[in-house]
Amino acid sequence: MTQARTSLRRRGLVVVAAAVLGVVLLSIALGSKALSLPEVWHGLWTPTGAEGDVIVRSLRLPRTALALVAGCALGVAGALMQGHTRNPIADPVLLGVSAGAGMFVAGGIFLLGVTTLYGYVWFGFAGAFLASAIVYFVGNRTRGGATPVTLALGGAAVHALFTALTAGMLILDEQALELYRFWTVGSVSGRPAEITAQMLPFVVAGLVLAAANARGLNSLSLGEDVARALGVRVGLTRLVGMAAITLLTGVAVAACGPIGFVGLMAAHIARSITGPDYRWVLLYSALVGMALMVAADVLGRLVARPSELPVGIMLAFIGAPVFIYLIRRRKPVRL
Amino acid sequence: MKAIRVGPVSAVIRPRHVLVPAVTLVALFAAIVANTGRGEFDIPASDIVGVLLGGGDRTDRLVVLQFRLPRAAVGAMVGAALGLAGAIIQGVGRNPLASPDILGVTAGAGAGAVAVIVLAGEYGAVSGPLAEVGVPLASIGGALAAAVLVYVLAVRRGLSGYRVLLVGVGIQAVLTSLISWLLVKASIVDAGRAIVWLNGSLNAATWENAQAVGIALVVLLPAALVLSFPFGALNFDDDTARGLGVRIDTTRAVLIVIAVLLTATATAAAGPIAFVALACPQLAVRLLGTGTPPLLASALLGAAVTVWADVLGRTAFGAVELPVGVLTAALGAPYLLYLLVRSGKART
Repeated sequence: MTQARTSLRRRGLVVVAAAVLGVVLLSIALGSKALSLPEVWHGLWTPTGAEGDVIVRSLRLPRTALALVAGCALGVAGALMQGHTRNPIADPVLLGVSAGAGMFVAGGIFLLGVTTLYGYVWFGFAGAFLASAIVYFVGNRTRGGATPVTLALGGAAVHALFTALTAGMLILDEQALELYRFWTVGSVSGRPAEITAQMLPFVVAGLVLAAANARGLNSLSLGEDVARALGVRVGLTRLVGMAAITLLTGVAVAACGPIGFVGLMAAHIARSITGPDYRWVLLYSALVGMALMVAADVLGRLVARPSELPVGIMLAFIGAPVFIYLIRRRKPVRL
Repeated sequence: MKAIRVGPVSAVIRPRHVLVPAVTLVALFAAIVANTGRGEFDIPASDIVGVLLGGGDRTDRLVVLQFRLPRAAVGAMVGAALGLAGAIIQGVGRNPLASPDILGVTAGAGAGAVAVIVLAGEYGAVSGPLAEVGVPLASIGGALAAAVLVYVLAVRRGLSGYRVLLVGVGIQAVLTSLISWLLVKASIVDAGRAIVWLNGSLNAATWENAQAVGIALVVLLPAALVLSFPFGALNFDDDTARGLGVRIDTTRAVLIVIAVLLTATATAAAGPIAFVALACPQLAVRLLGTGTPPLLASALLGAAVTVWADVLGRTAFGAVELPVGVLTAALGAPYLLYLLVRSGKART
């Protein structure tokens, strides 16, 4: 079994990487303005400032890059959340973590007048941390660990709370509302190109922490007592995991707005290929997250031509049925 | 405790069951007076009470009855409808966490109404027959569609399972993003109105709104009360309830439709006001010490809580008036968290 599993994991990696590459190419080639392939090629390699070149270089490339980075961050965050809560339906938006980050970011932007990503990403971290702490606390207080239901409902409550507080802040100001309603659906278009570069340090830090967390997470999935007996420092592992989740979710939300269901789907797809080993699950989740995010963005551009559906809405339309399917399964996924 | 017998009908009267509703009624009345007094110029409470009892001078009468009372009246009736709907769903489902907001019914009503506001309205205000018939109808349609969807996807062995809650969360996610999409498509004026509406606002409440909710309450409340006699039996498992002579499937279906209609009319009038339907029946259960959510007390509590939340939203933040839905969500969400923690501890 291990032999077969290992070779499946290796071959799967090639397939998933190819899928990422494929959707990236599609994302550059397709959009509301139809460009021929030679035009796209021209824009990529020998830009002269023609309309097609500008579209490719200043619109499609940046949003593809942003979608890649955000998808990677959210995919890994979702897998980490599912691992730490041992809960198959954990996801940054469903557990209210994105809403927490969103409220703090909105507060930073609209109340304190912070304008740069470097400025408000810290608010995103604070909010993400606060929200995950609340959800974790609620889950932990229940007997025998958090069930999917307590977590999901706790998440829904936290989500509602933070969303209401955000709305309360924003009703004061129509201009803020104008910005906010586009921000709140989660989108990768229309963000300044340098945002992606600014996100990178935080995402890399988060990914490093996640990678360091993988072994501990493997032991923790046997239960805290067994993990402790195996010599894992449970508190430290949990803390590193929380830090990684906070970093990844906070920065993704600060850059793109709340985007749900990527983490949920990425982790499940990853686990169905790799089995339970988190070293592989995390790696695959990163790649699958990227592919899903870019693919959803491309789809959103195509289904509502000439306008487009923001990626956050597209993902909810795809992801919610997956979520419901996961719940309806006769034999629930055990983590 | 005292038992009363009149011919074949018997009932048990507990002091709490009289006292709590009475106190709630007083609180509701106080909230209405406080809410009505607040405005461009404040009217002292004594004058308002005078007007409400049929006296008062002409200016006060005009201002209170024409301009200010609709807000409080719509708030009270919407709250009552939501409290009642929540009590019905929690009673029928034997599930203390079920409520129209969590099951996605409210979001369905919201999506229907926003679709009409954004797609058919001009400058965010639908007028004429579209406003009077279109928005409520769309909202009822959306609510029913969401309810049917949840039912089809979730119900295998009754509503008691947790699956139904999670499916509701999923449906809600889809509908919420549908609403967000409609808002992005809309012009900023439409979006501004729609977002205020979406947070549950009584700002634009008129006597027409009050009328619509009032009619729904007058028709549906007695129906619910009559049909809820077998609630006690529904508390047992399905077989026992059948054995006790309850036609559970019919009763359950009709009661749920009533709850959905109540939610939809309330949502059409004031937007989705979060957590009233979830929290008030639970409060009522705790205050009265009953097994199932008491319908009338839940409705009364819903009314009082909603109007008080509106008063709070209008007065607590200085010049800024927050929509009532923001307040109820901010107060109700921690309460849901508390219920979760408690129920987790109590489970054996």
